[in-house]
Amino acid sequence: MSFYGLVDGSDASLRKYLQALPAVDQVGADARAGMLATRSIKTTSKRWAIDTAISMVDLTTLEGADSPGKVAALCSKAVRPDPTDSSVPSVGAVCVYNDMVAIARAHLDSIGGSHVGLAAVSTAFPSGRASMGVKLQDTRDALDAGASEIDMVIDRGAFLSGDLIGVFNEIVAIRDLCGTRAHLKVIFETGELVTYDNVRKASFLAMAAGADFIKTSTGKIAPAATAPVVLIMLEAVRDFYQMSQRRIGVKPAGGIRNTKDAIKQLVLVNETAGPEWLTPSLFRIGASALLNDLLMQRMKLDDGYYASPQYVTID
Amino acid sequence: MSFNYAPAPESRGNLSIKPRYGHFIGGKFVAGSKHFPTINPATEEVLSQIALAGKADVDAAVQAARKAYTSTWSKMSGKERGKYLFRIARLLQERSREFAVLETLDNGKPIRESRDVDVPLAAAHFFYHAGWADKLEFAGLGTSTKPYGVAGQIIPWNFPLLMLAWKIAPALAAGNTVVLKPAESTSLTALLFGELCQQAQLPAGVVNIITGDGSTGAHIVNHPGIDKIAFTGSTEVGKIIARAVAPTSKSVTLELGGKAANIIFEDAAIDEAIEGIVNGIFFNQGHVCCAGSRLILQENIADEVLFKLKDRMAKIRVGDPMDKNTDLGAINSKEQLLKIGELTASGDAQGAQRWSAPCELPTKGFWFAPTIFTGVTDSHRIAREEIFGPVLSVLTFRTPQEAIDKANNTPFGLSAGVWSQKGSRILWASQGLRAGVIWANTFNKFDPTSPFGGYKESGWGREGGRHGLSAYLKGIGHG
Repeated sequence: MSFYGLVDGSDASLRKYLQALPAVDQVGADARAGMLATRSIKTTSKRWAIDTAISMVDLTTLEGADSPGKVAALCSKAVRPDPTDSSVPSVGAVCVYNDMVAIARAHLDSIGGSHVGLAAVSTAFPSGRASMGVKLQDTRDALDAGASEIDMVIDRGAFLSGDLIGVFNEIVAIRDLCGTRAHLKVIFETGELVTYDNVRKASFLAMAAGADFIKTSTGKIAPAATAPVVLIMLEAVRDFYQMSQRRIGVKPAGGIRNTKDAIKQLVLVNETAGPEWLTPSLFRIGASALLNDLLMQRMKLDDGYYASPQYVTID
Repeated sequence: MSFNYAPAPESRGNLSIKPRYGHFIGGKFVAGSKHFPTINPATEEVLSQIALAGKADVDAAVQAARKAYTSTWSKMSGKERGKYLFRIARLLQERSREFAVLETLDNGKPIRESRDVDVPLAAAHFFYHAGWADKLEFAGLGTSTKPYGVAGQIIPWNFPLLMLAWKIAPALAAGNTVVLKPAESTSLTALLFGELCQQAQLPAGVVNIITGDGSTGAHIVNHPGIDKIAFTGSTEVGKIIARAVAPTSKSVTLELGGKAANIIFEDAAIDEAIEGIVNGIFFNQGHVCCAGSRLILQENIADEVLFKLKDRMAKIRVGDPMDKNTDLGAINSKEQLLKIGELTASGDAQGAQRWSAPCELPTKGFWFAPTIFTGVTDSHRIAREEIFGPVLSVLTFRTPQEAIDKANNTPFGLSAGVWSQKGSRILWASQGLRAGVIWANTFNKFDPTSPFGGYKESGWGREGGRHGLSAYLKGIGHG
């Protein structure tokens, strides 16, 4: 593989590529993200943002107690988030554990929801602590069951110990396995990488290794998709486009619970990577509770008052 | 798909602007004789009529200040003075939205800046100096310091309320009374501050605000009843003031122009440096004496930085200053717009390359698109003279020493910025830079605890911190 001509697959070339990245100044990055959070999005732009955000939701359930019934309900909701209003767009994808993929596939297909993506978390999610054989089998299972998107976790232990080529090779192997069958999202768990320099490094590493999307978090660790972390990842995809002429997507996940948070994410996208990224094929929001708040805010724009939560569905 | 932010204008609802104002003298508003209009530079709407103070008005204000000084303020304990300053600070916070809206209407700066920077910082200056009022003997200036008496203060139009706070807060904390003149084009927040002094029940005559133009300023500078002059404005006027007070016993502090260097080394955090460049020159439309108006860029990263800078500049939101999403507002006056136009034309004529962000400028009011000039050399006028607008001159260097030499090659010395991830390089550079304020990996950050002021033609004395306080106190062996 050519890796966009940026690295040749060797440890030395990977190090050289990553060492050329400029540092991130934490204070400055926090300040920029903080400033963008003051944007005031009202009336027509709010309506546009809410519908766009709905179309970008990766509607997620990743619980040990997940049941086939819950997954089926989630799929129905993903296709028609508001059963009383057909003008509400479908979400971007549903996101489930490996063993729920077949159930979700069957349900989506049976209700005419094939246009909604089906993402499976993979590679020993959420910790990434398993042998490569297990990670490959995990991914293969999900693909065979009908997943169209694979959300893999990186090996943070390897990353933090400096085994960058190890992380790179894992991504390449999963990328090869996905082939043209599925989009690959690479999860960093930025709460464990901690520094913004690490987030930038992981972003460029994953993009060169063939990620279609870079994703902040599993949702199992806090902090997750903080605004400065998303800012740095959006800068990364913007700059990577200049290097490779390819647009990589970004998926913040974890901690984005209400409409205000989601709109702030869209502002970050608009003013960092640019409006080209404001599409579900290049920006997703991993969330579970968010969708209902978006629906309630949408109703409020029409009705002028906040409805009771009983007017939106639980699952 | 496009994400067009709908207009999000701040409301003017809580604000009442009188059709005509007088002067604030001896705790009361007194009618003026002649008036001139003050306009909103974003729309050219006339906001009000401002009184033009003549010699008699200045006399009255100085007399009121003297009376308040001898009868009340100089006899009051520091603790009591501090109470008034704390009260003013709290009232500024309480009425912050009103002040922010008025500042934006009168000055043209974005509401985001008046709301998030000007007004909170003005309150912070009163809080900070309120704390000093009863601790002056612990300021390290000796135990027998005394106030000067009556301070005459003349402030500029770029940060009207904030510059008022920089002037009035230390003067009052040190025990002086003041006669303050706001700039001709931006008097309204100072007049509202006069109302706030009434609300705070500040003793009559401690703060006097008279409005007018340069002739009023000259009356203040030459008034024999004034003990201390504090001026912020152009170097040209600063020199006139320095000449005028030289044969007198008046003490003087001057905060004048600048042509700050913002130096980006190759190992800088580039994305944050881009933000620093933007904040350095486009904050407040570049109407900032310490603006980072000369970008001094290491040659081997120049292409990358300029590419990113242009991309970022294209995202600057220029327009209605009252819109909460506006980043760059209106140029403060027609006169200033003409000056910016004249200097940028000289840049073209001298062979620099102009690039302006693609943005739609409103048809009414005074506007200038964010602009950079590349290919600028040290001998260009745009590299030497203060443009005081949203215009950045880009120079490059190859060795660190060359960067310092270029940065210092100016008659000014107010501020500078250094961008590097290497601590030793930052320390080395800041030792070589001849500027009163040096920011490392940031720009245009202000804090009342930090002294601010210039080397060379950028001024005399400091404002803020203990140094700024000392400008309002006569120490042992002085005057």
